[in-house]
Amino acid sequence: MTGARDAVMGRVNKALERGDGAEARARGRVAAWLADPEPNLIPRRGLRPHEGRVGLFREMAERVQADVARVPRWRDAPAAVARYLRDRNLPQKAVMAPDRRLDRCDWESQPLLRLSRGTALGRDEVGITLALGGVAETGTLVLASAPERPTMLAYLPETCVVLLATSRIQGDYEAAWRALGHELDRLPRSVNLITGPSRTADIAQELQLGAHGPKRLCIVLVDEPEA
Amino acid sequence: MEPTALAFKDNARKAIANPDLQDALGRIRSGWQVTRRRAALALDEFEALRDRGRDIKNHTLAHLDLYLEAFEAKVEENGGRVHWARDAAEARTVVRDICKEAGAKTVTKSKSMVTEEIALNPYLEANGLTPVETDLGEWILQVSGQAPSHLVGPVVHLTKPEIAGIMQKELGGPRLETAEEMVGAARRVLRQKYQDADVGITGANFLVAETGTAITVTNEGNAELTHGLPRVHVVIATIEKLVPRMLDAFTLLRLLARSATGQEFTSYTTLVSGPKGKGDLDGPEAFHVVLLDNGRTKMLGTAFQEMLRCIKCGACMNHCPVYLAAGGHSYGWVYPGPMGSVLTPQLLGIEKAHPLPNASTFCGRCEEVCPVRIPLPRLMRLWREEAFRRDLVPPTARRGLRLWGWLAARPALYRRAAGLASGALRLLGGRRGRLRRLPLAGGWTGSRDLPAPEGGTFMAAWKRQQGRRP
Repeated sequence: MTGARDAVMGRVNKALERGDGAEARARGRVAAWLADPEPNLIPRRGLRPHEGRVGLFREMAERVQADVARVPRWRDAPAAVARYLRDRNLPQKAVMAPDRRLDRCDWESQPLLRLSRGTALGRDEVGITLALGGVAETGTLVLASAPERPTMLAYLPETCVVLLATSRIQGDYEAAWRALGHELDRLPRSVNLITGPSRTADIAQELQLGAHGPKRLCIVLVDEPEA
Repeated sequence: MEPTALAFKDNARKAIANPDLQDALGRIRSGWQVTRRRAALALDEFEALRDRGRDIKNHTLAHLDLYLEAFEAKVEENGGRVHWARDAAEARTVVRDICKEAGAKTVTKSKSMVTEEIALNPYLEANGLTPVETDLGEWILQVSGQAPSHLVGPVVHLTKPEIAGIMQKELGGPRLETAEEMVGAARRVLRQKYQDADVGITGANFLVAETGTAITVTNEGNAELTHGLPRVHVVIATIEKLVPRMLDAFTLLRLLARSATGQEFTSYTTLVSGPKGKGDLDGPEAFHVVLLDNGRTKMLGTAFQEMLRCIKCGACMNHCPVYLAAGGHSYGWVYPGPMGSVLTPQLLGIEKAHPLPNASTFCGRCEEVCPVRIPLPRLMRLWREEAFRRDLVPPTARRGLRLWGWLAARPALYRRAAGLASGALRLLGGRRGRLRRLPLAGGWTGSRDLPAPEGGTFMAAWKRQQGRRP
């Protein structure tokens, strides 16, 4: 509807009342804001060295009911996942992101854990995927959609397991966003910032987990960097 | 939704006499008021971030045309489509046409106040589509034919037994007792709906010009299931939702959850920037953004431009003594509380909403907690003046104001009258220092006591101290 577009833009222009010279100045201010921004006010809380960031990430994630495990190497992750499922009487059956980085884990070490690769469907009870970042200030995971990392793995199953290299944990959202920009050549369809499992307090302001998304969020932190 | 803002007084009277509602509203004081304060104190930079948030919004609004252009270009570059709508009717038609083009039957929706504003659901139903609300609270309202009463907690007016009754009526079976059972039952019903839907409609908390991104924020994860599973995703948002950069959105996101529910961050914050890419295993094939004006451009360039900074956190209503007594439905339309008392007269016309700017004690708590520092009491006062100018104030109130004005213009007389009134009230208050009843003020004392003045008048004290501060 070009009619509507021109009408709305016309109303905005009229309301802002810019003359000819002012128009150019306004464009200059916009270009300046986009290009050379005043740095954001970053909470001091997240600005600490690596190990402090990992500790804060864990503390904040646990505070919002995420379960966090930490293992030294990628090959140790499958045992942590299997233990998590076993301890909670959950099925040893999961659908996992087809991301090649997950192949480095020694999944054969867990013969009882049956894995398929792809995106989650309604019947899948456990989804396993990989985060591209973590934000210590609030214990937030940064997931980015891609053919090898379908979004629904983190939303449809009742239990969501996310693996994250501790080297990817940043102090704040801004640093995580910059890191994502360096790593990917284009903006993913969906970047999901996830802070704890799904919840609602709609019924009498009582906290309930698993409103539509996962009831359980298990974060496996891996200290060995990715190759 | 037929507005009943003119009946605010009657609505409020009924609300105050409803013990279930009072019980439900009482939870906000012990809940969100406390959690917000804790969250604000836990972040050293919170107050400074509020200034930043205000400045980001002011800059964006002052350059809104340029950011709208940039946003539109970026969405199309990302493979999405932008539609424009001047008013509610145009927006509804755009959404219907997208649904028809997609051959849609069922439409899932995640919670969106703007779709309430444009009354989208009844329109879609009249056009043969089945809209399904997926936010738990919104779903409860949809199946019981009610409207939301709060920006963030749409069913905050309902008690647990009331919700149990609604769910039993909708789902049949035994009556559910615990919140856990109720959440589980709704989860099972809605699961199938997500997967059956052809189109998913969401609002947006922010639109990012630099990247062409729509940001959704939910605790339940229902927005992601709404935009991730159907073939088509439609975002509908009013034009003031723009921010320049993702970094600006982060500043505002740091304010949003803390101000709304006192969480450090909402569980799911998602940045969606288009349809699914090559090889993606999920995501919609088409991505549409509907940019709606519906009265916002009328606020630009006026004193009410400040209201366009609103990020819809609900903090103003959570801290408003009038909202906490009267509840959201008393305000008679989509937006309740102090933000509604400013916005509703703008969107419906002051002649249809003039009681709302008067539904305030001007205690100023709304402005104290507003994350983007909107001067809500000042804006409500502007509406009061406008209502007076347009002769919308009832004759008795007018006469009262005229009498007070006459008296106030005669300082000696005013002081004597104030001294007499203060003395009389103190006598009447007796040792309790409170008055249960007062002639001609039954409306006021009907639901609360009037505290009697403790000392003399302000002017008497001022004179005694000879202008020195105590």
